[in-house]
Amino acid sequence: MSKRKIKVLVAKPGLDGHDRGAKTVATVLRDQGMEVVYTGLHQTPEMIAEVALQEDVDVVGLSILSGAHMSLFPRIREELKARGMGHVLLTGGGIIPVEDMETLHSQGFAKLFGPGTNTVEIAEWIQAEVEKLWSEEGAKQ
Amino acid sequence: MRDPKTIAAKLFEGDRLALSRSISWAEDADPRFPKTLACIWERVGKARRLGVTGPPGAGKSTLVNELARHLREADRTVGILAIDPSSPFSGGALLGDRIRMEDRTKDSGVFIRSMASRESHGGLARASVDACDVMDAFGFDEILVETVGVGQAEYDIVGAADTVLVVLCPGAGDGIQAMKAGLLEVADILVVNKSDLPGADRLQTDLEEATHTRDIRRDGWEVPVVGVSAAKDEGLDKLLGAVDDHRAHLERVGLEAVRRQKRAQQVKRVVGERLDEELWGDGGLGGRVDSALNAGSTAYDIAELLLQDVLGGKLMAQTRDSKTEAAH
Repeated sequence: MSKRKIKVLVAKPGLDGHDRGAKTVATVLRDQGMEVVYTGLHQTPEMIAEVALQEDVDVVGLSILSGAHMSLFPRIREELKARGMGHVLLTGGGIIPVEDMETLHSQGFAKLFGPGTNTVEIAEWIQAEVEKLWSEEGAKQ
Repeated sequence: MRDPKTIAAKLFEGDRLALSRSISWAEDADPRFPKTLACIWERVGKARRLGVTGPPGAGKSTLVNELARHLREADRTVGILAIDPSSPFSGGALLGDRIRMEDRTKDSGVFIRSMASRESHGGLARASVDACDVMDAFGFDEILVETVGVGQAEYDIVGAADTVLVVLCPGAGDGIQAMKAGLLEVADILVVNKSDLPGADRLQTDLEEATHTRDIRRDGWEVPVVGVSAAKDEGLDKLLGAVDDHRAHLERVGLEAVRRQKRAQQVKRVVGERLDEELWGDGGLGGRVDSALNAGSTAYDIAELLLQDVLGGKLMAQTRDSKTEAAH
């Protein structure tokens, strides 16, 4: 019968026209058996959170190369929470300095990935994290 | 939001997360879904269900987006279900239909759900009808269902929609294609999209000839051929007019009876799935096949044995056989 599949939203927030990375990651996650929704470019935090809700995703992966991550990422987190989607695994990647990654991590973001990351590593990390979340959810039921 | 009753109550309050979550339960064959559906069943049946199918690249997503926009202008709320194919190798999927519908994301009168086809091969996902039922109970006036890009013989949409649009575009085959059996026959409305492109008039004529020379359908509906350019917003009013006409036709011939017929198809499918699970799921009866083959039985004999176990001796063929034997 249908087995639960990991559903991932790959999103491009803000004024950033470069989505080769996002598309590459989306394709790799697809090839690892996940169901991947891609938003397209120039999404506002509200739009990303709304899509996450409508699609009931397990993971939101943000791709950003514009440098606006410190203002956009926390807002996306707030918008997700406001919609009852605070439980999703929130991750991302792009050009993000290590200090910023640490700050975002302390704000509740999971691991963030920089340039040169092995794509399969991202997929395996997501797989492991979501399975953890699902087993916690199962324990609560 | 962990039990069917709570989720049903939330759904009736207009909680979009409850809507979204119950669709996930349907997709994952979560045992809570059938219970949820039972709780909301009284409110299922008000929405109009419009199916949009056609080959890849015909412009289905763009058309759905434009249809949704026009329906919103007429103050109708819209639920959209967009199916994309799953990989037969990895089981993964890239769901990209939303990109064409981005403008609708900001509209609280619209809800868009992408769905991977998973192990289904009829153009929809197993949970498509379920998702439509949930959106219907939630209270959307209109439900638009977009199939995966189909070839010539994927018809599941017929069971999911009141009105089926088959979308074609110029440059994809000659008049002979239009004469073939298959996809064109399931259309309630034929749509020639990209009507601004060369060849569109020809396609329109070919399709009109094909529909006119075909016997009028048993239900008496004459299939119209409507030219539109979804990207340029041309012909959409005419198309929505044709949808209204078909709706009126359905009401004349008996919408409820037609819907019951379609619902019966779903029952048949669910029974098939349950049987599959009983036979071939973990620890299922099918586990005996290997040893039976090893013992020298034929495929037919083994199948007969398994079926007798599943149906508890209530086999139609068997009853028939014993009657024939008694008569001899």
